[in-house]
Amino acid sequence: MSGHVVIVDRIACDGFGTCAQLLPERVILDEWGYPIIDATPVHGSERQHAKRAVNACPRLALSLVKAPHDGATRTPAGPPAARR
Amino acid sequence: MTTTSTPAPPHAPHASAPRLLGEPVGVDLARHVAAFGPLPAQHGVKRGHAGPLVAEVERSGLAGRGGGWFPTGRKMQAVVAAAHSARKDPVVVVNAMEGEPAASKDSVLVHRNPHLVLDGAVLAAQAVGASVAYVVAHRGGRSVGTLERAVEQRAARGGDPVELRVLAAPARYVASEESALANFVGEGIGLPVTVPPRVFESGVRRRPTFLSNAETMAHIALVARRGAAWFREVGDPAQPGTMLVSVSGAVANPGVIEVPTGTTMRQILGLAGGTTGPVSAAVTGGYGGSWVSASAAIDLPWTPDGLRPAGGTPGAGVLAVLPSESCGLVETARVVQWMAGQSAGQCGPCRFGLTAVSQDFAALAAARLKGTGLAGLEKRLGIIPGRGACRHPDGAVRFAASALEVFADEVKRHLSGHCSAGRRTYVLPVPAGTVTLPVDRPGEEWR
Repeated sequence: MSGHVVIVDRIACDGFGTCAQLLPERVILDEWGYPIIDATPVHGSERQHAKRAVNACPRLALSLVKAPHDGATRTPAGPPAARR
Repeated sequence: MTTTSTPAPPHAPHASAPRLLGEPVGVDLARHVAAFGPLPAQHGVKRGHAGPLVAEVERSGLAGRGGGWFPTGRKMQAVVAAAHSARKDPVVVVNAMEGEPAASKDSVLVHRNPHLVLDGAVLAAQAVGASVAYVVAHRGGRSVGTLERAVEQRAARGGDPVELRVLAAPARYVASEESALANFVGEGIGLPVTVPPRVFESGVRRRPTFLSNAETMAHIALVARRGAAWFREVGDPAQPGTMLVSVSGAVANPGVIEVPTGTTMRQILGLAGGTTGPVSAAVTGGYGGSWVSASAAIDLPWTPDGLRPAGGTPGAGVLAVLPSESCGLVETARVVQWMAGQSAGQCGPCRFGLTAVSQDFAALAAARLKGTGLAGLEKRLGIIPGRGACRHPDGAVRFAASALEVFADEVKRHLSGHCSAGRRTYVLPVPAGTVTLPVDRPGEEWR
């Protein structure tokens, strides 16, 4: 079953921590208050909690997106980021 | 710690004939054409379709020399496909920033053969259907002026089929990260942006952008002239061709050398005049790369797969060699402090996490960290990767974590308040005024 996963825009995120309060099933905070997200798809009632967390983020940094097939949430098909 | 000494062999190994650095002609276009031949004409390039050069680059097996080692032809294909589906003209960006403090290969290449880089940019632009190629170098570096003079020469001799623009970007490490570079070219802001979308689908002003390193572009210029089969004649079959390596640290002749991919560290050190004494370890790839133990890596081939058994990476072609009398933890503490300072500060885990890791490492280097502190450091190293918009925190963490592994014995010594190093000068370069450590030795006062 294809599901939806929670992702965070790291630049937008200011570490308010609302997401961890509203969706503790998927979000914990690191020692600096920034979310560590479990990319397991949310199902059933979790989905409602996830939507609430997305809507409650004061920085609009959280979103619920279709889970990619390979489970990767960061990098779609294409070259990896090169760095000089 | 095992030590490895490689004095210069009586008969220094010969690299295959250099391709990029062989005939330094500078900005003089006539001399460049005499040495390498004119810019090859590209036929059959249709808007929205990949030119024949894209397939040729794919067949050559060229992989990005900026550190990613992703197949260049596939990247070009991805740009063409994205441009086709978005119905937008793509853009080409050449990264000549040389963001790595221990690297000098791009500025050496630009200084010696700027037209090879520019030819590659023009040819790549034609092949992916772009009408403009931006070449970006560090503001204040000598590459900017060299590139501008080279472009003037080309304009005076009839110009190019696509527009070439030289840009000077801020000399900040993350400014050479690909999304930051595209952001700088498009908007003038040299900061990373949230991905996806990635630059190959939405880069400069949201156009599909073929962004690649200066050395990669120079290789493209030669593939266009001499073909894929020629390109594959030297180097490792999986990642063929030659590569530029910036060799520094405990070698007799530090500098940039060109070697076939798959050349071993022993051979590279030989070409750099041999080591100046016993060496314990080396930085491979750059400051987002990894430490390797010299004894584990000395005979491994320089390719992404080849260096993996020792935890190394060719990355951006950096090889910095640590003499045995230096402390790898002190060196790492300095680099990590610099890397933390280079965070754009946009993402919390990078901004706060790297600062914390840097402080932990400073304490470890000064032999003031206890076992619980080390556990804390290891935990931090575990949770930071993958949590920035760009890969800057991942690289810094990889570098720091590799130090804990390669210098495991020295870590134990430091935890019990000792340091085995007998040397107070530093091997790894960090830009002047950016790092406050000299880390003190046990028994000495801070500062």
